[in-house]
Amino acid sequence: MKNNSKNIAPTVLSVSDLKVKFVTPDYSVHAVNNVSFSLKRGEVLSVLGESGSGKSVTLSAIQRLLPKNITSVEGSIKINGEEILTMSARRLNQLRGGQIAMIFQEPATSFDPVFTVGQQITEGIRHHAGCSQSEADKKALELLDLVRIPSAKDRLHNYPFEMSGGMRQRAMIALALSCDPMILLADEPTTALDATVQIQILLLLKDIQKELGLSIIFVTHDIGVSIEIGDRIAVMYGGQIVETGNLAEVINDAKHPYTKGLLSSTIHANSSGKRLHAIPGSPPNLSNAPSNCSFSERCEFANETCKNTIPDNVKLGIERFSRCLRIGVWE
Amino acid sequence: MFSYFIKRLLYALPIAIGVTVFVFSLVYMGGDPLDAVLPDDATAADVQEIKEIYGFDKPLPVQYIRWLGRAITGDFGTSIGTGLPVADELGRALVNTLILAICSALTGFPFAVFLGTLAGYNHGQRADKIVSGFAITGVSVPHYWLAIVMVIVFSVELNILPSLGMGPGGSEDWTLDWAHAKHLILPVIGGSIISMGIIARSMRAAVAEILNQEFVRALRSKGLSESRIAYHVMKNALPSILGVVGLEIGSLMGGSILIETIFSWPGAGFLLNEAIFRRDLPVLQGTILVLAMFFVILNLIVDISQTFVDKRIIRT
Ligand SMILES: Nc1ncnc2c1ncn2[C@@H]1O[C@H](COP(=O)(O)OP(=O)(O)OP(=O)(O)O)[C@@H](O)[C@H]1O
Ligand SMILES: [Mg+2]
Repeated sequence: MKNNSKNIAPTVLSVSDLKVKFVTPDYSVHAVNNVSFSLKRGEVLSVLGESGSGKSVTLSAIQRLLPKNITSVEGSIKINGEEILTMSARRLNQLRGGQIAMIFQEPATSFDPVFTVGQQITEGIRHHAGCSQSEADKKALELLDLVRIPSAKDRLHNYPFEMSGGMRQRAMIALALSCDPMILLADEPTTALDATVQIQILLLLKDIQKELGLSIIFVTHDIGVSIEIGDRIAVMYGGQIVETGNLAEVINDAKHPYTKGLLSSTIHANSSGKRLHAIPGSPPNLSNAPSNCSFSERCEFANETCKNTIPDNVKLGIERFSRCLRIGVWE
Repeated sequence: MFSYFIKRLLYALPIAIGVTVFVFSLVYMGGDPLDAVLPDDATAADVQEIKEIYGFDKPLPVQYIRWLGRAITGDFGTSIGTGLPVADELGRALVNTLILAICSALTGFPFAVFLGTLAGYNHGQRADKIVSGFAITGVSVPHYWLAIVMVIVFSVELNILPSLGMGPGGSEDWTLDWAHAKHLILPVIGGSIISMGIIARSMRAAVAEILNQEFVRALRSKGLSESRIAYHVMKNALPSILGVVGLEIGSLMGGSILIETIFSWPGAGFLLNEAIFRRDLPVLQGTILVLAMFFVILNLIVDISQTFVDKRIIRT
């Protein structure tokens, strides 16, 4: 049901053929290679992938937060049809925080240590809404209530180090929501927290998402988490999206050997009763642009073609793709 | 907060006491302190009498307490060289040194902070390389050598800046006019060049390190303007600025001995130099004691002011 309504919802963010390369005299890293996806209003897209697969770099590219001097970014990132990669710094600063907000992975290091949490929330509100300090204070208080921080009024005057990890992450969510963004980029917002707090934060985000009708890109390397929160899922490997589609379809009927491998190598609700298998080998070397299927080295179904051809996106249904040359052969 | 101040004060106390003990024991370091004042033909009875007058016959702790009591009330005895009270001489000299130190701290130091910030913002780029080059030169060139070169160039060859004293005709009453200001230029440059290098370098490191932190990305991600972000960066750098500037003001006061001697600047360093050559113990003691106490208090002020900026300091 809920997916039907989302199919007709307008697209708020579309990324096409995104390539991100880091180049320094000492090394080069092709961190993101031809990534394309789109996000609809009110939709939660889970981005799943192992460490180093390019999840954070993709999110940073959307807000143009990558270090300019060593990064080359190609492709197109459009928010409501407006190109982000070429817009003026002024326009970008209106969108950052205002339309697209980010929740960072490490709540401990993402707050400025010498300003209070309240100051850091209100300065954004004042910047975007141009309102008075007392109005911003009021709004900040509402936000801390929204993310269920107890005795919110006192907490506004806390420095980040005076809060627990879970509370800091709630405050970070409040900060991200402070200027009523349309899109939330959540970069493993629960990874740094212990399991019980992780679930609380996840449920909180889900509630808020429903209440405010937010679109979220939720990055994680935890399948269980991505199943819990996502409507759709994009699986990343070696800087590419290797499979994407409706959450249930991908989980129940993976069309890429890497997705299949991930599903059988981690414990999650659908895996009960099945045997766990580790994916052999290690993540690909990203110092050159891809010249074949980047998973072919580790793939038990790979043949010669896989090792010297770059696979295209194969369309398998509505917004369902897999980058595998041997779909149907290996299953 | 308050308990931190108390703790910090108590922490400074043993240092201060240590300093006084050290300064007091200077009297005995150069041999028998009476040698300098007694005539060669003094009899044993004379010696005994003098000892009693000066209190040298009492046990050391008693001597120390008496000396300390007098020092605290500003009585450092009389100068052997001039016969004037040490406190008067020292007071005048300290004011003169402070004039130099304040001028350096108000001109060169902010400039060094600015250059260091610029370098930190352009880490690894041309502006950084230029500033770092100057900073390294500033730190490694011996400042007395630089001072002498400046004297040769600007005073002897070009004859545009005076090289001796505080004002025209050896005037020692400092007033704020161009004639006196001219006398300040070379000593201020010579005296602050090393400090400027140190300040610029630590600013560069602090700013570059802060800019690399995740929270700066988070600030950008909120859409804040570069100037607002710079405000965050500077507030984060402020504890390091306070630390290094405090330390360097201290070293301006204490390290002025060579510069003041080269430029005949009648300050504390100059006085110290004279006292050493004359073996003028009361002056030596008074000067060292006051400079050391100045240092202790400066550190205290720096430590406490840092806690106003970064509240984490109190916790640890
Ligand atoms: N600033 C940078 N300079 C050079 N290489 C970088 C930079 N940032 C990321 N990379 C490289 O880009 C690749 C992708 O990194 P990214 O941070 O996107 O991984 P990730 O999928 O978010 O992993 P994790 O789950 O560990 O957070 C990695 O190989 C990483 O080393
Ligand atoms: Mg990451």
